[in-house]
Amino acid sequence: MARFIVRRVLQMAGVLVVLSLLLFVWLRSLPGGTVSAILGERATPSRRAALEAALGLDQPIYVQYLKFVQRALQGEFGASTAVLPGEDAFQIFLGRLPATIELSLLAMLIAVSLGIPLGYWAARRRGSVLDSGAVIFSLVGVAVPVFFTAFLLKYFFAVQWQLLPVSGRQDASIDATRVTGFFVLDGIMTREWDAAWDAFLHLLLPAVALATIPFAVIFRITRASVLDTMDADFVRTAEAKGLSTKVIRGRHILRNAMLPVVTTIGLLVGALLAGAVLTETVFSFPGIGQALAESIRDKDYPVLQVLILAAAAIFVIVNLFVDIAYAIIDPRIRTR
Amino acid sequence: MRTTRKMASVAVVGALALVATSCAESDRGEGDGSGGGSSTFTFGAAGAPEMFDPLYATDGETFRVTRQMFEGLLGIEPGSAEVVPELATEWTSNEEGTEWTFTLRDDVTFHDGEPFNAEAVCANFERMFDQNEAGQVAAEYWGYVMGGFSNDPDSSLYQGCEAAGEFEAVVTISRATSGFPTMLTLESLSMQSPAAMESGDANGIATEGEGFSFPEYAQAPVGTGPYTFGEYDEANQTISLEANDDYWGDAAKTDNLVFRVIPDESTRRQELEAGSIDGYDLPSPADWSGLEDGGNSVEIRDPFNIFYLGLNPEANPMLKDLKVRQALMYALDREQLVQSQLPEGAEVATQFMPSTVSGYNSELEAYPYDPEQAEQLLQEAGAEGMTLKFAYPTEVSRPYMPDPQQLFEALRTNLEAVGIKVDVQTASWNGGYLDNVTAGKYDAYLLGWTGDYDAAFNFIGTFFGNLKENDFGTEVMPWGKQLADDLQSADGIVDEAERATAFETINQQIMEDYLPGLPISHSPPALVVGPDVEGVIPSPLTAEEFDTVSVGGE
Repeated sequence: MARFIVRRVLQMAGVLVVLSLLLFVWLRSLPGGTVSAILGERATPSRRAALEAALGLDQPIYVQYLKFVQRALQGEFGASTAVLPGEDAFQIFLGRLPATIELSLLAMLIAVSLGIPLGYWAARRRGSVLDSGAVIFSLVGVAVPVFFTAFLLKYFFAVQWQLLPVSGRQDASIDATRVTGFFVLDGIMTREWDAAWDAFLHLLLPAVALATIPFAVIFRITRASVLDTMDADFVRTAEAKGLSTKVIRGRHILRNAMLPVVTTIGLLVGALLAGAVLTETVFSFPGIGQALAESIRDKDYPVLQVLILAAAAIFVIVNLFVDIAYAIIDPRIRTR
Repeated sequence: MRTTRKMASVAVVGALALVATSCAESDRGEGDGSGGGSSTFTFGAAGAPEMFDPLYATDGETFRVTRQMFEGLLGIEPGSAEVVPELATEWTSNEEGTEWTFTLRDDVTFHDGEPFNAEAVCANFERMFDQNEAGQVAAEYWGYVMGGFSNDPDSSLYQGCEAAGEFEAVVTISRATSGFPTMLTLESLSMQSPAAMESGDANGIATEGEGFSFPEYAQAPVGTGPYTFGEYDEANQTISLEANDDYWGDAAKTDNLVFRVIPDESTRRQELEAGSIDGYDLPSPADWSGLEDGGNSVEIRDPFNIFYLGLNPEANPMLKDLKVRQALMYALDREQLVQSQLPEGAEVATQFMPSTVSGYNSELEAYPYDPEQAEQLLQEAGAEGMTLKFAYPTEVSRPYMPDPQQLFEALRTNLEAVGIKVDVQTASWNGGYLDNVTAGKYDAYLLGWTGDYDAAFNFIGTFFGNLKENDFGTEVMPWGKQLADDLQSADGIVDEAERATAFETINQQIMEDYLPGLPISHSPPALVVGPDVEGVIPSPLTAEEFDTVSVGGE
């Protein structure tokens, strides 16, 4: 088992190195970049040359890449040029991470707590008007792009009816103590209830927007899975044995139907990150997604590199855990 | 049984949502600048500031914040571009215009309690002059106006500073220039506390990867202005400043000044409409009337910019012929463009600078729209049916060109109407457009300039004063050197009236004899504030100071 894990970790490191190289070369092959972003209309050739020389952009690409790797190994990923100029790119990632986690967690909570019960409920009423309605609703949920949902929610709930805040993480007038960077948690820990509540309200609309696709997916998987399970032989057997409806539904149907649902929830983590880019942009919510969008727009290479590599690392690590879990369950995997 | 429990949980979620929204509503009714009087002015910023040491800053979002905390020796009259006393009450020069004596205010202290005096002034100049390698690149404005740093004193305009008395500082420069002392109104050249700069290692800037890492000081700078630095809450993207209780001038009207970073323009508008910010900059001209209908005030600044169609004769030799360039000028229906594409208050340009700048030639008349004349000139030049590689930038909106694509389309239609074939080129602003313009890849392109301070040289000197380094390709033109020399010598004239006349003459030559590019228009950029906000004085330099602003009648 240990050997298996070591092998997978080495593979993972290799994937990240290759990715970093591709990313580095690709970004620098695009037109424009740091110099134009910093100098704007003032970009005379000599000023441009001075800035390029100061930032080492005049050196061959492989030299630049080797320097990048050398610094990265020492934990330095370069200073941001646009998103938070001067701040170390990795610090920006760490600083923005809590916002995105807070948002994604709430979105996932909404998606799961509505998707599973509704899916189960719809399956039990298969073919009814309500079931068809729920299925259509979930189809729409999957089909409509996140930014559009986000835009509509913002327009109605924040702008037209002014029920919830338009954007941001917390009202500027609130003097909140920062402990963990998770605003709601910070408010609870420091007993600044106003701050916690305000941060929660700021989370609501983006979280609902971000939840639509995971909700629709979870709903459909749950519904399909419950339907399958209801028809399964072991359920019929249980019924024949005269077990109570409660036991059949709870222990047999729901528990078994949950397996694919749980797998799906794991896979949805990636979709949440992608959705966060759009949702955070619409709600000016300062998380990783917004930083990613900004760094792309402003050609903030250091930040862009860190964020993409971090996203890839998270993905690879999640996969590693999944593989390890499979290997534990099914020993045949280890020998492959 | 199970159904009722499920129903109950749905009801709980619903109730929670209701509570949430109703509380949100009550929260928004009070405080935050929308209710009955507020001691906070909240402004929506489009981007995060670079940091807070103006010396190393280059962008408007940073300057907007630092401007409230720092002051220069010279200031700008609110609402105009005129130079007025700020930390210096008087300034005089020797006859050669190379030695400038500044009489300082004697009642000023920095936010950290340190006295402001001639020694502090010289400490500031020496600090700006003596930058390390990274600092020399980052201190862009000093490099731009002063030409060099302590490692290369020969190319530096600045030569030295001496405290002649406690409140009298003498600054020596290498040659007379129209830019000095006007350039001291630049935000980057503001006065900062020498003690704070020393303890915070203000000059400790370094390159880190592809960017700069700034010293501790840049995150907590110390000036003399009406507001002091409060806090930069990076996680929440807000910057708060507090009123300076010991300010030498009139105290700021609000106790707190908050900047909220909201990158998306439509979100800024919605935040204003929801009352959670009190204003934001550069509302899209398309939104102006809608915003005013909502009770907000759109504050229109006097235009202090120039939008032009740049020409590059190096890329297209046909453009070397004055007749061809004149033909292009006659072909453009600029009046129509200004009426239909640009915001209210925009004007057709008669030269490469706005009318408020000294040296503007009011005798010049705009080239009229005359397509027949254009066709005839093209014919005379043997350039009928010529092809022009003409470019515009995407993903950008500048004060002088709110919507580049629309403007481009209008101009292109004009050019095609006189038989010119337009080869449309485009690139995103940071994604190659500026690079391509500088590299001379386009025959013609759209670009512009917003003045840094009130000086003719800051406009036409920037465009044509440096023969080797301009986007207009004047190097290949027979008159290019003459023009650059004329500009340099006009810039060195000490007598103001004489200098203005010299620049007026040059402006006439530029428009009649050279026409290196086609000036199009001057557009007024606007900022918008909510119904409760009073006291905003729109600045042509987009350099508003917010200490005069009150919210909700307070």
